[in-house]
Formats: sequence, structure tokens, C-alpha cells
Amino acid sequence: MINSGDTAWILISSALVLLMTPGLAFFYGGMVRKKNMLSILMQCFIIMCVLSLQWVLFGYSLSFAPAKGFWGGLGWFGLNGVGLEPYADYAATIPHQAFMIFQAMFAIITPALIIGAFAERMKFSAFLVFTLLWATFVYDPLCHWVWGIGGFLRNMGALDFAGGTVVHINAGIAALVTAIVIGRRKNLDSNAPHPHNLPFVVLGTGLLWFGWFGFNAGSALAANGLAVNAFVVTNTAAAAAGLSWALIEWMRNGKPTIFGTASGVVAGLVAITPAAGYVNVISAIIIGLLVSVFCFFAVSVLKPKLGYDDSLDAFGVHCVGGIWGALATGLFASKAVNAAGADGLFFGNPKQLFVQLATVLITIGYTLIVTLIIYKFVDLFIGVRVGEKEELMGLDLTQHREQAYTVLE
Amino acid sequence: MKLIIAIIQPYKLEEVKAELYKADVNLITVSEVLGHGRQMGVTEIYRGAKETGNLLRKMRLEIAVNDNFVAPTVKAIIKGAKTGETGDGKIFVLPLEECVRIRTEEKGSSAIG
Repeated sequence: MINSGDTAWILISSALVLLMTPGLAFFYGGMVRKKNMLSILMQCFIIMCVLSLQWVLFGYSLSFAPAKGFWGGLGWFGLNGVGLEPYADYAATIPHQAFMIFQAMFAIITPALIIGAFAERMKFSAFLVFTLLWATFVYDPLCHWVWGIGGFLRNMGALDFAGGTVVHINAGIAALVTAIVIGRRKNLDSNAPHPHNLPFVVLGTGLLWFGWFGFNAGSALAANGLAVNAFVVTNTAAAAAGLSWALIEWMRNGKPTIFGTASGVVAGLVAITPAAGYVNVISAIIIGLLVSVFCFFAVSVLKPKLGYDDSLDAFGVHCVGGIWGALATGLFASKAVNAAGADGLFFGNPKQLFVQLATVLITIGYTLIVTLIIYKFVDLFIGVRVGEKEELMGLDLTQHREQAYTVLE
Repeated sequence: MKLIIAIIQPYKLEEVKAELYKADVNLITVSEVLGHGRQMGVTEIYRGAKETGNLLRKMRLEIAVNDNFVAPTVKAIIKGAKTGETGDGKIFVLPLEECVRIRTEEKGSSAIG
């Protein structure tokens, strides 16, 4: 039975999640140097174009068509059989295509998150091929394992409400791999690049926070109490994490920054994503307060120490925050919040934490290996990195023949 | 005393700065300017419309030095900025009449360094 309230909420949520990708474009775009601003916007927007097509043609089928094996197969190719009646195994009260388009927005933003790792030095052609292959061979199978009917992680009992594993750990690990193999940007040590427009970073964060209500509360797949719980804990965790990051900076560096606060908000949103449908508001505060500690450590201590150039901290925020979120779900999940879920360690079920940990490790292992293979494959045929002169001149002019800003009118 | 003005490729600024430090020249003013010489600008495309001859972004360096520093400074700029292609830029050396350090009101050679 189609419920009009549920359907309306999922359509609105889908639009909210779509808006996160332009939001991410400004979040990342503000962080790069001005000669690379358009390259970031272009990468995010072309992903919206390419992945939207990939998804309706075969991505949705590979991810969600019912099957036990590696992925869903091509039974739903071109949305064949994906109609306007509900498909009860995924969502019983909304048209199947509403579920499909909601999921499409997740498939779009996940590869867009990786952009932060190789920003300012990747060839546009190589980026396109890499993204399409990565979406098909990393995102789609993993999506099937966690959310698809017959997926083995789903059957194992892993809790991932809105995509902490599928979206954030997945993209975060891919970010680490690509950042390491593509290498550091030129002149990084003699001239540490500064974000060219922090107001854009804040604008992007605002759009992400707004869109994330669709991401998490929409994942209830109905306009019900569970959606409200997800909405409330999402806002709470984001708030706690933003405040926490600002306080950490204040204590360590003497002054709180807007860049840090914005980063904290995003980290909080990442961490609450897998937990949003399973934890209560007090747990959300703890999850939010702590995620900034871990992510701050990753981006300001671990990264300089290890020397990899994850330009915009896609790994440090999304992977680290995502792992904390997945494990925190195993700690704080409670059947009092969601009877269809499970209890976590603090509610008397230590087994859930091990299930969460196993899911995290399987994701890390699979993504790491396949991302590396795809990268090497693209590098062999196209060459992933731009030439030295192109990198120094900037990707806007060399990849797109456009500039973001004029000097004179 | 001389005033050295150099116009260089923006992406060569870091290398030029590094060479200048090596030559013990540490006082420099940098501004972003637009212009073109023989290179005749860059082609940009907006909604399919090609625009040629656009002015290029360049960096303009101003360095005031005592006479014995002129040759090393020029040499350092060349070393950092030269690629051998058109668009590498130019160096102008001008006579400098006076230099005053505002803080101490020192004048001339001692005020420069």
C-alpha cells in the first residue's frame, strides 16, 4: 500500500540528499587554491550527471536486485521491473522508483567525497574513468552486501542505518589509497596552500548539514517516529561535534576557528550516519563530542606525521569519523529506540560490536584492494596525474580553459 | 642603489623566492598583475565561445638593493624563473634615488637591507 506521507517525505529527502553534492562542491572548493576552484565544482557536477545515468541504467540493479552472490546482477537493467508499485522487501509504503531515486543520491555523493584526496592534481579524463569504474566495482557491490537482499553483511546483522560503511568508510579508504599513490602536491612544503575562500567552506557545510536530514531521517524510508529520531540525533551529533572541535582548537592552538568548527560539524554528521536509527539523544551527544577528538587527531597529528597528502582530509574526516560511527553503533544501539535493530555493548549485547568491527574490516580490505587496482588500471591507460606545469598553472585553465575569478573586470 | 622590477610566471614564484633566499635577498614585494608580451595571452572558452588574447596572470616582484647585490639578484631571478619558453618574463633594473625606513628614519644604503 502506497502511503502518500511516506512517499512525499522520501521525494523531499531525495532532493535534500542531491543538494549535498553541490554543498560538498563548495565545502571542498573553498579549501583549494583559487586556480583549482572550478575543477572541484566540475568534478562534483559531472558526477551528478554520470552517476545519475549509471544508476538508472545498471548501478541500481547491481546494487539492489535480489541475489546472493557478489552483486545484484543485471536483472533490473534500465529499471526493467522497477516500477511505481512498492517493493516490500526494501520499502513497503512507497513506489519502488522512489526508493531507487533516493538511493541514487547516495551513489552520487559517495564518489564525490573522494575528490578531496586527489584535489588539485588529477587529470579530468582520468578522473571520469576512475569514478565510473569505482562506482561500479566498489560502491555497487558493497552497497549490495550491506543493504541488498541476499547481501552477506546484511544477513550477518550489521547495523548501518544511513550509510556509514557504504558511504563514508568506503569513500574514506578510497581517499587514503588515492592520496598515497598519486603522491604529494608540488611545493607543498615551501608553500603550504591556504584555503582560498573560507566563506564557501561554511556555505558548503551549511548545505551539507541541511541535506543530511534527508540522508539520515530519509533513511527511515517513511515519515514516522524513526525518521524523527534520526532527525533529532543527527542535529544533536553535528552540534556536539562542531562545538567539540572548536574547543579542542581553543585549548591546543589558542583560538577557535570557523574552518575547524565547520570540519567538526561534518565529522559529527558522518559519525551519526550509521547510528541515526538506533541510538538515543544522549548517545548522539557522546558520539558527536568524541568524533572531533579522533578526526582532529587524524588531520592535525597523524597526517603530517605519516606525510600523505590527503588534500582536503577526505580520509581524516570521512573514514575516521565513519569508523567511529560504525563502532559507536555497536556500543550505543538500543532496541528501545528501534525494535527492528539490535542492542549494543552498553545495552547488554557485546556481540553487536564484533559484527560492526567485522563489517568495518571487510569494507576496508575490499575497498583498499579494488581501489588500488582501478587506480593502477587508469594510470596505465590514461595517466592519472597532470604534468608539473599544468599542476602549477592550475586545473581550471589546463583542464577546462576557464577561470573562476577575474582579476580585472 | 637600484630598484629591480621583475615580471614572472605566477607558478614560478616559489622557485624564484627560494633562489632569492639562497642569494641572501630577503626583502621583496610581490603583486599579482595582468599583461602579455610575445606570448599573446591565453585562450579561454566560455559556453563554447573562444576568447583569445586574454591578458595573462603574472607576478610582479619589486626588490630594492644596494649596487653590489644587483648581479646576484638578477641571476637568482633568472635561475628561478627561466624555462626557455616565451612568457618567462622580464627583469628591469632602475636607478633608485632614495630609500627611507619609516620606523627609524634611516636613509640610503643602510635603510635598504
